[in-house]
Amino acid sequence: MDLIQNFPFFCIIMCLASGVICSVLSGKTAKRVCLTLVTVLGIMNVCVLCYVLKTGESYTFMMGHFPAPWGNELRIGVLEALMAVFFCVIMLLSLVGGIKFVFEDIEDTKTNLYFVMINLMMSSLLALIYTNDLFNAYVFVEINTIAAFALIMIRNNGHSLVAAAKYIIMSALGSGLILMGLSMIYDLTGHLLMSNVKEQISLINANGNYAMPLTVVIGLICVGLAIKSSLFPFHSWLPDAYGYSTASSSAILSSLVSKSYIFLLIKIFYRVIGMDVMVDHKITNVLFAFAIIGMLMGSIRAINAHDIRRLIAFSSIAQIGYIYMGIGLGTQAGMIAAIFHIMSHAASKAMLFIAARGLSEVSGGSKDFSDLKGAGYRNKIAGVAFAVGALSMVGIPLLAGFTSKVYFAEAAVIASPKKMWIAMVTLAISTILNAIYFIRATISIYTPRNEHYAVPGYKCAKTMTVALVLFIILNFFLGIFSNSIVQAIETGLGMFA
Amino acid sequence: MLKMLFNNYYETVAVILFGIGFTTLLLHRNMIKKILGLNIMDTAVYLFLAAKGYIYGGVAPILVEGSKEVTYVNPIPSGLVLTGIVVSVSSSALMLALTIRLYKRYHTLDIDQMSMLAKKEEM
Repeated sequence: MDLIQNFPFFCIIMCLASGVICSVLSGKTAKRVCLTLVTVLGIMNVCVLCYVLKTGESYTFMMGHFPAPWGNELRIGVLEALMAVFFCVIMLLSLVGGIKFVFEDIEDTKTNLYFVMINLMMSSLLALIYTNDLFNAYVFVEINTIAAFALIMIRNNGHSLVAAAKYIIMSALGSGLILMGLSMIYDLTGHLLMSNVKEQISLINANGNYAMPLTVVIGLICVGLAIKSSLFPFHSWLPDAYGYSTASSSAILSSLVSKSYIFLLIKIFYRVIGMDVMVDHKITNVLFAFAIIGMLMGSIRAINAHDIRRLIAFSSIAQIGYIYMGIGLGTQAGMIAAIFHIMSHAASKAMLFIAARGLSEVSGGSKDFSDLKGAGYRNKIAGVAFAVGALSMVGIPLLAGFTSKVYFAEAAVIASPKKMWIAMVTLAISTILNAIYFIRATISIYTPRNEHYAVPGYKCAKTMTVALVLFIILNFFLGIFSNSIVQAIETGLGMFA
Repeated sequence: MLKMLFNNYYETVAVILFGIGFTTLLLHRNMIKKILGLNIMDTAVYLFLAAKGYIYGGVAPILVEGSKEVTYVNPIPSGLVLTGIVVSVSSSALMLALTIRLYKRYHTLDIDQMSMLAKKEEM
């Protein structure tokens, strides 16, 4: 067994350990530990990705050296490693970009706790990506929820506390449903490891037994994860949670936390229940319908928003709708488009949140568009980054958002004819709606007025400049060199089966 | 159908309790009642797991000298229940702490009133 095969396990343990260590350090030292850790995690996961690409097959890592039906396992394939690398990159950039505001927004004595929570979050993200055990997944879903909750409420003003309360209530509902679903799966199959569960479920399905309980299980898990990743009718907590937390938190919540649940759902689709069973039970159609409504409603709500952070938050609801639409198509191509959109949305949305904070910094701290006029001139790099992110979300060629829309359209064409029409028409309408509010926002920040906010000699913090430049490069990279990434996703999905 | 429900009365009760907890957590406006709902919901799942995991006449899977041909009960469901209890205790503790902080700030336990007061604070 190669040393590299142990890396995913090391990553998760290192995160947990560094969380403990950070709790006794000062804020500044904790920041250094945390940033170093995320960088190291990124490098280790790149090693894992190279290893899996080289060997060309996935492997399972036994924890505690007990073989399959008894022990706990991690499973590492191309897709898992790719997502882990990507999550590390986004986490690092969001942290670096918003680090100045973390120290501004949070009481001095509590800054180290922020990094404790980041470490816990990172461990749960990696565990959700790599785990092969359903109950393990549930435990890390809860850890993820608690860490995300702390990231929202740590700002400690009225709004963020109420937002955190709304978040934890909806999340608790979601985890309850997931737990019930998992206990029923354990009931039906007698296993908790994903590969064993899938064997049993295909047997059950072939015999035609337990069709009703299986439908209930699928429904419970899908609704639970949909609540947690804020699919349309369950999105009520999202605008407050993203709008009032500190910039890094919003970036991490929108681009990583909700995506990790979606990734878990995709894993359950392929590795636990099986794609054909899912399609047989019509759950993909339900997700598709909600996704279509979400794509439209999120954008319509965003048009009415006067607050730049809430605008980006509502746009998140629409984008989550896109991802679920890809899943709901129920085909391999749809799934690839959905996974690619997870990445492109993460890259753009995290950048938008960081840039929005940079813009409101030079507008007297206001988030209202009437005050933000001309902010693009006062903070140049944030203005450029916001424009790039907005154009990417609208779907301008060369940028990440355009590429994922192309993949969605291609996937829709080869899906069933009914879904094709609905998906195509909604994509078109949603693109127009996106354009309405994002272009309006971009024009508004480049309207030269409101000179009384001018801060003479203002210089954007170096960390933020570096992070935003890297984000812009990442967006162009995902837009232009998407072929190799999509190929990797395809091989990864092939390994899932 | 009705007979099936009566035969599996543990599971039936568990699902009814789950529904009660779920609706309480979702629909009540009082934070404390919401937390009670969360606990009822989680406990219902544990009842379900424990009931499903037990075999009538089974004993704990411990080998004793001279014991032969006894049915053992799988210990994993009980292990899952224990893990679940730990998780739900931590999340209800977290929610209670948050409720205390919100109560100190707004002097109410009603979540709708809280969000209204938070909006007013901004003005």
